[in-house]
Amino acid sequence: MQIPYEVKARPDTGVNNAKLGIWLFLASEVMLFGGLFAAYVFLRIGADAWPGMMMYGEETMAERADQILNVPLAFVNTMILIASSVTMVMAWASLKMDRFDRYKLYMGLTILLALGFLVVKGFEYGDKFDHHWYASTNNFLGVYFVLTGLHAIHVTGGILVNAYFWGPGTKMWKRGTARDKAHFTNRIEVAGLYWHFVDLVWIFLFPTIYLI
Amino acid sequence: MAEEMTLEDVKRHVKVYITVFIALAILTVVTVAVSYLHMPFTPALLVALAIATVKAALVALYFMHLISEKQVILWVLLSAGVFLAGMFALFLGAHADQEAVATLATLILSSHVA
Repeated sequence: MQIPYEVKARPDTGVNNAKLGIWLFLASEVMLFGGLFAAYVFLRIGADAWPGMMMYGEETMAERADQILNVPLAFVNTMILIASSVTMVMAWASLKMDRFDRYKLYMGLTILLALGFLVVKGFEYGDKFDHHWYASTNNFLGVYFVLTGLHAIHVTGGILVNAYFWGPGTKMWKRGTARDKAHFTNRIEVAGLYWHFVDLVWIFLFPTIYLI
Repeated sequence: MAEEMTLEDVKRHVKVYITVFIALAILTVVTVAVSYLHMPFTPALLVALAIATVKAALVALYFMHLISEKQVILWVLLSAGVFLAGMFALFLGAHADQEAVATLATLILSSHVA
């Protein structure tokens, strides 16, 4: 059976296929991150101390995550990601208003902010590696690297998709027909849903890993 | 989100996006500020999760347009939520009664060997 490529809402579901598809994907992502969160919760419940023994030159007991992790950097990254969510939704709104120049600006900002997030994350990881702290060091760092690493992979995926829609993907809009413009706007809406989900995951990661 | 939005609708939405952004930024500052109070673990966790849930709801409702989304999308999300809750319930049950889990595992293994 061929699924027609159109952006009109289907009469049976009430939404277009692309939107239903991305939401089904995001539902599976809820389970992916949810499973890892569950692992985090139960590792933490079962731990005698959290984060536990760490090497600061000599072995010391760390009692709070903020003794190990850089909260100001993570705060900056949270703000960056929230701002990128706004620029992403503004990119979509710009297309709805038929303002392609604004779209390019907002999508470009979204990509730059996302790259900024990864650069900050790179500094964070670099600091951990300088201390010879790796995912294998203890459960705390295992959870930290797996959850933030998986999230960073999602950010990277978002950057690739958004960069395509900022550059070569805009050919569709530039063809100028109403159908092509509607298709392109739909693509940005779907990419935006993914991007907001990435932001949403970070909203839970930041306080639960860095602050408590 | 309704496919047939007018220009005025979009302009109204843009104002909402800016308001939500400001709310998210303020809530992030509050989250960090509360963490410096160094509360005991349980209240700290509850406060952090409460603020995160409000922030996540703002993103989902307004940026992801769930506030005006069709029922089928809500059903998809609800089913994910139910499965997630089920998974946590299973893990919690297993954690609470590890003896039962060990017995169950032994039974499964012995029946497999037999």
